Amino acid sequence: MNNLKKNRYKDQAFKALGMLFTLFGILILAILLYNIVRVGFTRINWDFITSLPSRKPEQAGIYTAIIGTLDVMLLTIIFAIPVGVGAGIYLEEYSKKSRLSSLLEINISNLAGVPSIIYGLLGLGIFVRFFNFGGSILAGSLTLSLLILPIIIVATREAIKAVPSSLKEASFALGASKWQTIRSVVLPSSFGGIITGIILSLSRAIGETAPLIVVGAMAYVPFVPHSLFDTFSVLPMQIFNWTTRPQQGFAVAAAGAIIVLLLITFIMNGIAVYLRNKWQKKLQ
Amino acid sequence: MKVKEKIIEFILKLCASITIFTTIGIIVVLLFESISFFRTVSIFEFLTDTQWTPLFSEKHFGILALVSGTFLTAAIAIAVALPIGLTIAIYLNMYAPKSFRKTLKPFLEILAAIPTVVYGFFALSVVTPFLQTIYPDLETFNSLSAGIVMGIMIIPFISSLSEDALYAVPKSLKLAAFGMGSTRFQTAFKVMVPAASSGIIVSIILAISRAIGETMIVAIAAGQQAQFTLNPTIPIQTITSYIVQVSSGDAPQGSLEYKTIFAAGLTLFLFTFTLNSISFWIKKKYQEKYE
Repeated sequence: MNNLKKNRYKDQAFKALGMLFTLFGILILAILLYNIVRVGFTRINWDFITSLPSRKPEQAGIYTAIIGTLDVMLLTIIFAIPVGVGAGIYLEEYSKKSRLSSLLEINISNLAGVPSIIYGLLGLGIFVRFFNFGGSILAGSLTLSLLILPIIIVATREAIKAVPSSLKEASFALGASKWQTIRSVVLPSSFGGIITGIILSLSRAIGETAPLIVVGAMAYVPFVPHSLFDTFSVLPMQIFNWTTRPQQGFAVAAAGAIIVLLLITFIMNGIAVYLRNKWQKKLQ
Repeated sequence: MKVKEKIIEFILKLCASITIFTTIGIIVVLLFESISFFRTVSIFEFLTDTQWTPLFSEKHFGILALVSGTFLTAAIAIAVALPIGLTIAIYLNMYAPKSFRKTLKPFLEILAAIPTVVYGFFALSVVTPFLQTIYPDLETFNSLSAGIVMGIMIIPFISSLSEDALYAVPKSLKLAAFGMGSTRFQTAFKVMVPAASSGIIVSIILAISRAIGETMIVAIAAGQQAQFTLNPTIPIQTITSYIVQVSSGDAPQGSLEYKTIFAAGLTLFLFTFTLNSISFWIKKKYQEKYE
């Protein structure tokens, strides 16, 4: 009987520990958000968003960083989405079980695990130096596109896999060709899943700093980029630069910029979760 | 009609093959600059010297100084993330009521969605000052604070991958254990964890690989002094934060400083590639077991 009691105690103790650790994670999240909002909230106003970066922390703003982030996002969407979705369709619908397809599979799973800074070195070697794009907004966007490609491909494949095969067979039975079936049956029914994956991958790209530092994003860009070959800054880059400066004023500015960055990230993740739930309901 | 179908298939195939070119690109870029680096610096020095000072006037190229910093922070991160992440996974799988689980998971997902530069700021401006109140000799830049925060970042990674592995264990095993009168604790550690062990090991390996490649937290909070040490209270430098340091300055193309980041990058790539390959191999084997 003593043993039974001991086992029950162990069970209860572990339950308490599990709850404690889970709450610990949430507590840390709360502390992190509280500290950032407490420090940075004073800087959140229209001037902060529309001002150029400055050597004086009180006047520094995030205008060029925000515009840079939006530009990089737009270009990354243009480069990465067609290629990523296309690759996902190929792997799920066309590629047969062959050595090539298993090679592609291993390769994509490996790419997903390559540290982002290595993508930065790739971008530096290929886009900045070899194609001579310099530390431009074009080089940065291409680098981020390669970085999020595996995420989009995996999401596309998962979404296509979830489409019931009865739908596809019905389309084939009506005499539709393979591409017609994909275009008018498979893609519309997997749209929700694909969009969710795309938004999550973009939210990842928005927060990336390391590869862009290597590619040559600047901390101090006193103008808005006008062409693909201009130098640029992005929000995380601006945050990194302000964080590494000794003056307290810049830490406050960094916290302000973090609030803006987190708002964008959370909104995108919120939309993705919302779409995912809606789509999963529709599938059932 | 037939031609159009063929063209579309070709274009889609091209999209898929870009991923192969990416891998080839990474390997070629890293090897090309590294080979040119090893023409000047001997591989023997690179692998055995314990000092890394390419930016000083007296230059040393011992990667061990960066590797030790990299593994020190990663080890601290895993020491934090593994017990917490695994406990959360078991708790969510075996104990937590369904509604509680549903409300909790999004919070853990938020933890995973926060950009790493934000964690870096958190480490430097909150965690380090807090640790200094406990241990006043802790320096402003140190691997302890960076490692702890990196561990917090990795918790959701381990907990969600491990929970997937626990979830994949056939329900009959769990029910059989309960049927024999086991408590949830006994079922978890004597049946579920052993049955899901390969999936859990995969999550741990991937977490280590993630920690080794993590950049912004260490670049902000761990300092910029390459030291061959296991002391967590002093500034160190990791492979990743060295690459950031050189990239933030302007090392001219073709200079030895410029080439060092590719040699360092190659070292990092070899570590993560090995870890990812091992995890892929375990995952493949494990899938076959249950299918």
